[in-house]
Amino acid sequence: MTQAEVPYQETMVVHHPRSWITRYWFSQDHKVISVQYGVTAIAIGLVALVLSGLMRIQIGFPGLLPFITPDIYYQAVTMHGMIMVIFLLTAFLLGAFGNFCIPLMLGARDMVFPFVNMLSYHIYLLSVLVLMASYFVPGGPTGAGWTLYPPQAILPGTPGVDWGIVTMLLSLIIFVVAFTMGGLNYITTILQARTRGMTLMRMPLTVWGLMMATVLGLLAFPALFVSAVMLLLDKLVGTSFFMPAVVSFGQPLEHSGGSPLLFQHLFWFFGHPEVYIVALPAFGVVSELISVHSRKNIFGYRMMVWALVAIGVLSFVVWAHHMYVAGMHPYFGFFFATTTLVIAVPTAIKVYNWVLTLWKANIRLTVPMLFALAFILTFVVGGLSGLFLGNVIIDVPLSDTYFVVAHFHMVMGVAPILVIFGGIYHWYPKLTGRLLNNTLGHVHFWVTFLGTYAIYYPMHYLGFIGVPRRYYANGMESVFYPESAATLNEFITIAALVVGLMQFVFVYNLIASYFRGKAAGSNPWDATTLEWQTLKTPPSHGNWGDTLPTVHRWAYDYSVPGEEQDFVPQNVERKP
Amino acid sequence: MTPVLGVEREPMKTISEARETLLTTFSDDWGSDIAALKGVPWGKAMMWVFLLSDTFIFTCFLVGYMSVRMSTVEPWPNPSEVFALHAFGASVPLLLIAIMTFVLISSSGTMAMAVNMGYQRRKEAATNLILVTALLGATFVGMQAFEWSKLILDEGVRPWTNPFGAPQFGAVFFMVTGFHGLHVSAGVIYLLTIAFRIRRGKYDESNFEIVEITGLYWHFVDLVWVFIFALFYLW
Repeated sequence: MTQAEVPYQETMVVHHPRSWITRYWFSQDHKVISVQYGVTAIAIGLVALVLSGLMRIQIGFPGLLPFITPDIYYQAVTMHGMIMVIFLLTAFLLGAFGNFCIPLMLGARDMVFPFVNMLSYHIYLLSVLVLMASYFVPGGPTGAGWTLYPPQAILPGTPGVDWGIVTMLLSLIIFVVAFTMGGLNYITTILQARTRGMTLMRMPLTVWGLMMATVLGLLAFPALFVSAVMLLLDKLVGTSFFMPAVVSFGQPLEHSGGSPLLFQHLFWFFGHPEVYIVALPAFGVVSELISVHSRKNIFGYRMMVWALVAIGVLSFVVWAHHMYVAGMHPYFGFFFATTTLVIAVPTAIKVYNWVLTLWKANIRLTVPMLFALAFILTFVVGGLSGLFLGNVIIDVPLSDTYFVVAHFHMVMGVAPILVIFGGIYHWYPKLTGRLLNNTLGHVHFWVTFLGTYAIYYPMHYLGFIGVPRRYYANGMESVFYPESAATLNEFITIAALVVGLMQFVFVYNLIASYFRGKAAGSNPWDATTLEWQTLKTPPSHGNWGDTLPTVHRWAYDYSVPGEEQDFVPQNVERKP
Repeated sequence: MTPVLGVEREPMKTISEARETLLTTFSDDWGSDIAALKGVPWGKAMMWVFLLSDTFIFTCFLVGYMSVRMSTVEPWPNPSEVFALHAFGASVPLLLIAIMTFVLISSSGTMAMAVNMGYQRRKEAATNLILVTALLGATFVGMQAFEWSKLILDEGVRPWTNPFGAPQFGAVFFMVTGFHGLHVSAGVIYLLTIAFRIRRGKYDESNFEIVEITGLYWHFVDLVWVFIFALFYLW
């Protein structure tokens, strides 16, 4: 046999842990790393959740908590946004789901470079710690808003201008390094380490989504890295990359000749693909959930794959639609509006295919399925308001209002979070061998889902009547909108607090079910993909026994006529 | 099927059939099981993806450079004056940079020879060529240090200001060449590590593709320098 005929993974030697610390802390096992990513992301996400509660209390009941000063409020806005987008959503979807699903679904023993994978998590942890250090440095974290626009991000008057902005930028730089290490592993594993019979077009859509998201990440995070480095130099060394000549508190500053717009371009060249770094894995996972729990093959598998690819490519040419209010040549506005609206085509293909998968299916309304269905609804709502904001002429008046808050929370906040919940309920049995408590799961789902609509639907209305976003308190401009806006804000705050508290029930469920949950068996959902076909549950170190599984069919053989069961696992041979 | 040159081959096809086969074989190869890139070691695939990502970092830096060069309100310094070197009683423009570029490009040559020696399993020659490459790389970094100290100490160039014109000139110069210099320095350490490991016999089981993987990185750093050279020193 020549070398090309022996797959590298067959000769791969899995590093066996010898002590507690290499088994659970510096582990090179992708499943442990996945849990580490997940736990860290959830922990930091709870911090961001509490911050959002504080913000909502200030907005709904101004002055109720006297310790929420404008500084505290803006720091909460900034940290909430950055944590949720980068350190929870990206880290959870790619770090936790990516690490867990990719080797198991592809029939590999581990990621191709487990040591690098281990480093990836620990560098991510470092970035989280540096970010959290913001709260303990003089002046607290930065309050520049999650977009960190210069010049204001590094000028006096913005909270955390001395230390907070520095820890924030350092944390982002470290995160990019961590992501790159993980991302290189994901791509190489998917491209080069699949098992026998696992062709690209037999891969589960989850893996496709993760792969496209990782490609986007590896090409988009460089822009964040560069903008963070340059902003850090502006702040610490006194360069003028982004700083024009500024008069600050009556004093002309040393800076001159920089371009604040350059930062916006770099930031959004990262920032828009970032939306899809979060959305594409969610698309993949939700395709999986819908197919498994409706006992039907996914409709239009090939189209689903190509739609993922098309969305990935298009996401790199739409970034300036975040900058319409910054002012641009009308032709550019036209270009970016067009590309933005074109993305609706592949996205709509995906939504239609999910709905057509459900059509006449044998739907099992399990908790993961409920979350998947909720995702479709929420994503459609968020996507439709995106059509409004993609147009320059509608975006400009709406851009600084709650309409935008409602839009992006629906489409890239709540929708992927619902998928994360669904994914956790779906894979938790494989990870731990126990089912999550079903009653708590239903309570969690209904409160979260309905609560989401109670929070964000009214925000669309608030935006239309012109309530500006990011304001600590409304002043003179509030004469332009009715008093009902304040009442509505109270209502939203109460809904947000209820939803927020419900997430602690979810965390309780995660912990309690680990010890007292019902035994799950190896394949509780009757799913076809390889991760449910492992010899042991939870899968042992190295995932498979002596030989790797061989794949004989695609991932979606559900309700095949003539078969005894309504599903045929991927490693079952075809009948002659 | 008739054996041609000892290999079983399909009979000849018409052009349209052949075109179809070409396309389907192409997609079948990519989409087949186990590996999309047949016979490519994991490390090599990973290095290529990493370099693609790193390309975007340097592209963003260079685009940032072009952007501030447009936005600054002061005239951009003339690089052939700033980077001139007094030698033999005359001011020679870009003398040091020319030597640096020559050294770095030569190091790519020795690296390519090292890869060749590696695949021929001539360990000794491969190790020596890698060490020569590392030495050339270190020379490059050393000359860069000389260039930096000359600009900083003798001419008073700072990241926030410089005597020649636009303050962004110094800022971009130190950022971009510094980031590239870090890449070269990391590459030198990488090369030394690999040379040491080859000598210790760590790769004796393999066919020394590690030399090629290291070479990919080294050539990339070299290629980036060509762009920095063209956009920064010649423009």
